[in-house]
Amino acid sequence: MSLDPRGRSHPTYIAFILHRVSGLLLALFLPLHFWALGQAIHGEAALEGFLRWADNPLLKAAEWALVVLLALHLAGGLRVMALEFLGWRARQKDMVAASLGLAFAAGVLFLLNVG
Amino acid sequence: METLKAPETLKVRVWRGDAAGGEFAEYAVPARENQTVLDVVTEIQREIEPTLAYRFACRVGMCGSCAMEVNGRARWTCRTHVRRVARPGEVLELRPLANLPVIRDLATDMAPFFDKWARARGQFQPKDAGDGAVPDDFAVVPPESKARREADAGIECIGCGVCYASCDIVAWNPDYLGPAAMNRAWTLVNDVRDGARGARLEAVSGDAGCHSCHSTQSCTQHCPKNLDPSSAIAGLKRSLFWDSLLGRRG
Repeated sequence: MSLDPRGRSHPTYIAFILHRVSGLLLALFLPLHFWALGQAIHGEAALEGFLRWADNPLLKAAEWALVVLLALHLAGGLRVMALEFLGWRARQKDMVAASLGLAFAAGVLFLLNVG
Repeated sequence: METLKAPETLKVRVWRGDAAGGEFAEYAVPARENQTVLDVVTEIQREIEPTLAYRFACRVGMCGSCAMEVNGRARWTCRTHVRRVARPGEVLELRPLANLPVIRDLATDMAPFFDKWARARGQFQPKDAGDGAVPDDFAVVPPESKARREADAGIECIGCGVCYASCDIVAWNPDYLGPAAMNRAWTLVNDVRDGARGARLEAVSGDAGCHSCHSTQSCTQHCPKNLDPSSAIAGLKRSLFWDSLLGRRG
């Protein structure tokens, strides 16, 4: 099959792609997340050491990306739930905009609280 | 400022071939102030390439038979002006509808599309009279009722296949019923005179049915009648969800 972008460049398709890609990236992050939590089993010092190492700017930027991905996926999921369970026909594009707005706001909020 | 003179010819790339495969052929037709894509195809067939196969009937957006892929997007060619899809000097690219077997050139075999309407139980089954018998009396269905409004929203489909050709899920899963068949099923689920609700919901559930829809809404975006098959599919999902949860499925 072809994935010609000319028939697919509309807001709800882009929202679908963002939802999918954010979900996949979050799934890829999960093993790392569990590994970090697993450090706690080896005692407070091991976890503390990891957390101190994670406190560098590069990791902070990655953390920001993670927060944005989570917010994107959450807001996108809520949008899909709303359109499937509430049967709203109108304003689908506004719903896409609102979910993107939520993710953006979460990203900005995180940046404001960093450091 | 110097006014740009419109180019005198319109370059058109037309997919030529059959089920075994094919390639694009290039043609040049006179560019006119006012021409539809169907006018262009007709001009190519009448003046340059008599063997070009395509399909049309009404030319006024009623029959739905002239749908093709125009510059990457499924459209009715009779209702699409060239200047809406190609800027002056830009090449017009025509392909047969996606997701359907090609008969030849721009003509596709619509049989799988309509077979799926039948599989989705797209036929009305009177509640009060079985086996196609005529009911004794007229049914009164208030136009303001919710079910009637849901049915009315999808009833104008003329089966052109634009939504079906625009649907990624059909491309991924050839068994998937597609937007038009499920839009039809949803109008019947909301038809209070119909007696086959349970069997119809059963027919549209599962992997080849509504549960595979990812709500990309390309069907709704591209429907030339401005219908909303995506919402119809969401309605089917919703009905199946509540029927399953409340034990209403036989």
